[in-house]
Amino acid sequence: MKPAVSVVASIALCVSMASQAGDVERGAQLFSQCQSCHAIGEGAEHKVGPHLNELFGRQAGSIEGFGYSEGLTTAGVNGLLWDAEHLDAYIENPVSLVTGTSMMFAGVSDATDREDLISFLRAYSANPRDIPESLPTMAPQDPDVDPSILALQGDPEYGEYLSSECKTCHLADGADRGIPSIVGWPEKQFVIVMHAYKNKTRPHNVMQMMAAALSDEDIAALAAYFKDK
Amino acid sequence: MINRRSFLKGTLAGAAVAAASPHVIGQAKPRVVVIGGGSGGATAARYLAKDSKGELDVVLIEPTRTYYTCFFSNLYIGGFRDFQSIGHTYGKLASDFGVTVVHDWATGIDMNYKTVSLASGTKMTYDRLVVAPGIDFKYDTVPGYTAASSGKMPHAWKGGSQTQLLRAQVENMRQGGTFMMVAPPNPYRCPPGPYERVSMVAHVLKQSNPTAKIIVLDPKEKFSKQGLFQDGWNRYYDGMVEWIPASFYGGIKNIDADNMTIDVEGETFKPDVANIIPGQQAGTIAVAAGLTNDKGFCPIVPATMQSQVDENVYVLGDATIAGDMPKSGFSANSQAKVAAMAIRGDLTGSRVFKPKFSNTCWSLIATDDGVKVGASYEATDEKIAKTTGFISQVGEDADLRKQTYEESIGWYNGIVSDMFG
Repeated sequence: MKPAVSVVASIALCVSMASQAGDVERGAQLFSQCQSCHAIGEGAEHKVGPHLNELFGRQAGSIEGFGYSEGLTTAGVNGLLWDAEHLDAYIENPVSLVTGTSMMFAGVSDATDREDLISFLRAYSANPRDIPESLPTMAPQDPDVDPSILALQGDPEYGEYLSSECKTCHLADGADRGIPSIVGWPEKQFVIVMHAYKNKTRPHNVMQMMAAALSDEDIAALAAYFKDK
Repeated sequence: MINRRSFLKGTLAGAAVAAASPHVIGQAKPRVVVIGGGSGGATAARYLAKDSKGELDVVLIEPTRTYYTCFFSNLYIGGFRDFQSIGHTYGKLASDFGVTVVHDWATGIDMNYKTVSLASGTKMTYDRLVVAPGIDFKYDTVPGYTAASSGKMPHAWKGGSQTQLLRAQVENMRQGGTFMMVAPPNPYRCPPGPYERVSMVAHVLKQSNPTAKIIVLDPKEKFSKQGLFQDGWNRYYDGMVEWIPASFYGGIKNIDADNMTIDVEGETFKPDVANIIPGQQAGTIAVAAGLTNDKGFCPIVPATMQSQVDENVYVLGDATIAGDMPKSGFSANSQAKVAAMAIRGDLTGSRVFKPKFSNTCWSLIATDDGVKVGASYEATDEKIAKTTGFISQVGEDADLRKQTYEESIGWYNGIVSDMFG
């Protein structure tokens, strides 16, 4: 983990895009909470986090020379691409999209705030910019899990049985010896992550397969079991 | 062949047998005996003991004190693991989970009296029996090859000394020599295993013996992850590996281990190293107990892994006919958890849930180039049926292949911890 260093940067506000879904100007204001770690705009350099120019369409964790967490590098290798949908999920809750990320940020829970932020970020990605169907200008999709699914009360005893399938690879004591820990996660985060695998938003072929075989109740049961481990 | 009648004649009443066994001191706990301490058996013993929280008496019968996994043995042959790193002992199953580990051979099963006899002469009663003996060989699938031949032409298809012998032979092979593999017919343990082994042998030879050749005689016309392996062989070991299906060589006519010859139609090969992997069937104890069908493997009830022969007996892993599941350590581990849940439910009244099965097989083609294939399964009335799966693709980038290899190491650490505690 990198220490959270607080550095304030000046960012160039040269945004002139008008065709985005979100409010760019509002996004620029919201970006103030990001700029202690991230710079954007002309001449932006890496800070605690990488600069965010040309972010759209880039493979996660792929700027040469920046010291990413293993989690982010792995996610990128697995196919995580920064499009509106994935940025939205990441900004909402970094850890739930990318296990092991060193982006120590609680997340932006308000969907409109995220949309505005993403519209702001998008303005710094060159190509293609103004085509509504294209990747950078695509309206963010809401990756939220249906509240009724989040409200499911998991049966931890059932979760314990189901967890045996996880423990073929994930160590029961929560150690990471080549495969990430799934022990002690907040319940909601666990559910969101597993649904992200289930609907194939989150890349990884083994996990997508495992999640495909789990019902909403199964996922709730696993989350209930693992949170107390 | 041990039959039930020979035991009936022995007339050892169940109670007397229980009293004679070393570890039982007059308790009335239901006892589950597990034969075989591999991926299926060790996992079953651990989950039964762990989850029953003292309500079951769990006995594991395994002849070896140190168990060398067959999975990852190819990585030892390729020089990516040391031998010690694939060896595991049963100490924690005993100390942390209360499993009674008996290092002995199970020689017979009497399903009427519910006893297992051991090579030492002991008989042990059970309430439920788990049979996880792995595979044994059908030597007659390779004419001329016998158990004795394996000292010169190793099969190396069970972990341990055979693996060491094959590695030593590869390392000491003369410059420009020929390594030959006779691959096994279906069904066999670890479908991608022979081809991962070819990759690992090629990896070693490329460095130490670059003019050497590898020839694979295969009774099959196609094999697991074929596209991925052949792509890898072309990229890393160009011209070194020749894979020949039976439609080209016409089948093995004879093998002579003393003279190191392999005869096929119209030709005699004289390899420097020969790795002969015969056809397979369930481990001898399962055959002897009558748990197998005419193909030599054990039919099971898909939802519970119970033997179709006897409801008090469960069979796991490579010895079973597990529908769409391949014979692998991962599969056996997955099946063991389903069986352990069913047995606990049966004996202690604990909750029984819908069975779930899964498998993933990782293979290493060259340094940092791993591939994988996996699927999940459910129990139907007829079989364990595949629901969804995936396979690595030709042309994946190097980072992803490296990550797949690293993931396989993570999996190894996970599964051995899941088996042995």
